[in-house]
Amino acid sequence: MKPTQEEIKNLEDKAKRIRRLIIQMIAKAGSGHPGGSLSSTDLITALYFSVLKHDPKNPLWPERDRFHMSKGHCCPLWYAVLAERGYFPESELLTLRQLGSILQGHPDRRTPGVESASGSLGQGLSVALGMSLALRMDKKDSRVYVLMGDGEIQEGNIWEAAMAAAHYKCDNLCAILDYNGFQIDGKTCSVMNLEPLKDKWRAFGWHAIEINGHDMKEILCAYAEAKEKKSSPTIIIAHTVKGKGVSFMENVCDFHGRAPTKEEAEQALKELA
Amino acid sequence: MAEQLYQRDVYGKTLVELGKANKDIVVLDADLSSSTRTGFFAKEFPDRFFNFGVAEQNMMASAAGLAACGKTVFLSTFAIFASGRAWDQVRNSICYNNFDVKIVATHAGISVGPDGASHQALEDIGLMRVIPNMNIIVPCDGPQTADAIKTAASTKGPFYIRLGRPKVATLENKGDFRFGKVQILSEGNDITIIACGIMVEEALSAVKALANKGIKARLINMHTLRPVDTESILNAARQTKGIIVCEEHTTIAGLASSVNEVLSENYPVKVMRLGIRNRFGQSGEPAELLKEYSLTSIDIEKSAEDFLANL
Repeated sequence: MKPTQEEIKNLEDKAKRIRRLIIQMIAKAGSGHPGGSLSSTDLITALYFSVLKHDPKNPLWPERDRFHMSKGHCCPLWYAVLAERGYFPESELLTLRQLGSILQGHPDRRTPGVESASGSLGQGLSVALGMSLALRMDKKDSRVYVLMGDGEIQEGNIWEAAMAAAHYKCDNLCAILDYNGFQIDGKTCSVMNLEPLKDKWRAFGWHAIEINGHDMKEILCAYAEAKEKKSSPTIIIAHTVKGKGVSFMENVCDFHGRAPTKEEAEQALKELA
Repeated sequence: MAEQLYQRDVYGKTLVELGKANKDIVVLDADLSSSTRTGFFAKEFPDRFFNFGVAEQNMMASAAGLAACGKTVFLSTFAIFASGRAWDQVRNSICYNNFDVKIVATHAGISVGPDGASHQALEDIGLMRVIPNMNIIVPCDGPQTADAIKTAASTKGPFYIRLGRPKVATLENKGDFRFGKVQILSEGNDITIIACGIMVEEALSAVKALANKGIKARLINMHTLRPVDTESILNAARQTKGIIVCEEHTTIAGLASSVNEVLSENYPVKVMRLGIRNRFGQSGEPAELLKEYSLTSIDIEKSAEDFLANL
């Protein structure tokens, strides 16, 4: 079914609100990773508000789909989305990274809605693969979604998992790659080139879809296509802009892992108003 | 002649037994299922067995995903790969989440034999012991391997169970297996010998030889390395003249270190460590290697005599 204009508009509004929360949380915490959180906001907003089968009031509902954030440093995005969906009160967001908070600096199972910790890159595709195998064994029609960073897929563990997911024909598994083209030390193409990326995943036996990761229509269509694909896992290679939505953060490597100052946060919130 | 069993055989058979009763048990391996004996389970329950190929990191992190969906995961490979190759996955994806993943590592220690140093895990206990939430059992023989596997299946949380490659003699009259509590195989107040794994059998022979010389040694089989049975270690320190620790592992970070940590904080006494001393292993038959690395019953016996002579 084609997404309606109204649905797309609603998701765009939600995404803008999520971006505002991300800025507020990270500014308050004084540390965190805005760049990658903002680049994957549209992908994960669409997932949680339009695609994922889940029940925030019953996070362990047996029939739920699974989401795992392999690029754990972008958890401000995840937390904002979970709060907006009602997994916990929004007031918790401003406790990010504080002692005793349910919102740790990287994902931890103490957060309602988080099923597995992450933070050490390269492991999440395997975690998602394990979930996929378990759900299939239990004959559930639940799906598994996992968000990966582009720098992250330089880890060898990712390719071990890629090989295995195709071998086991995990068609209930959908990987989302936030391809913003930047990692801590610079552009991915200069630090460690990933291209030809689509060819690599295809060669590993995956169904690969390339989209603009900020176009809600393309995002929804890609999730729908992934769901229809049988006998192989799907990767959505989403071309994104690091720091998307805040002019002075866009494509600026420094904002991979730096919090905005008070003034910068105010400016960012104005832009996202 | 005592019954001789491969711990791996007992492991494989126990898994099949457990798999019949519990449909949520899933077994993984990384291309070593014939050696580790997870192949027994694979044959019986092909739908609940996954071979990951030569990819231990993926196996460990996938185990976490399976456990996140309610499975009790047993997985195996050689100890060298189970502990070292995928340590970060074990720490961050399994133990940090406190998931129900049971790592059953075979071919541990110097007794791997002819394969040599690259395959002789002498650091694995140390690597696993430092991770919070991890439980560790090093069974001393075949029947105790079954006890360890059953305990892991019925106890929530991650486990590391260390098995050897060669056949081992079944030790009689060990008493009941209680997870987290030592077994005292011989009573005595002259000296205490604490051992685990295949070193228990060597220590038992040493204790018999010492008895013939009028030395009454207390022999402790410390099959559970985590959680540590602090009370039994302290009793031994208080009631005997000293402690000798024997392990088929580096003397750094393993059983001896564990014992020393308890003693140094509570009741410092002299401890002698018999293990591999800052060396890699090498090729040879297990018996030759135990001799080369001073881990035979005769070495233990001599050490005890020296220890008592130099108090």
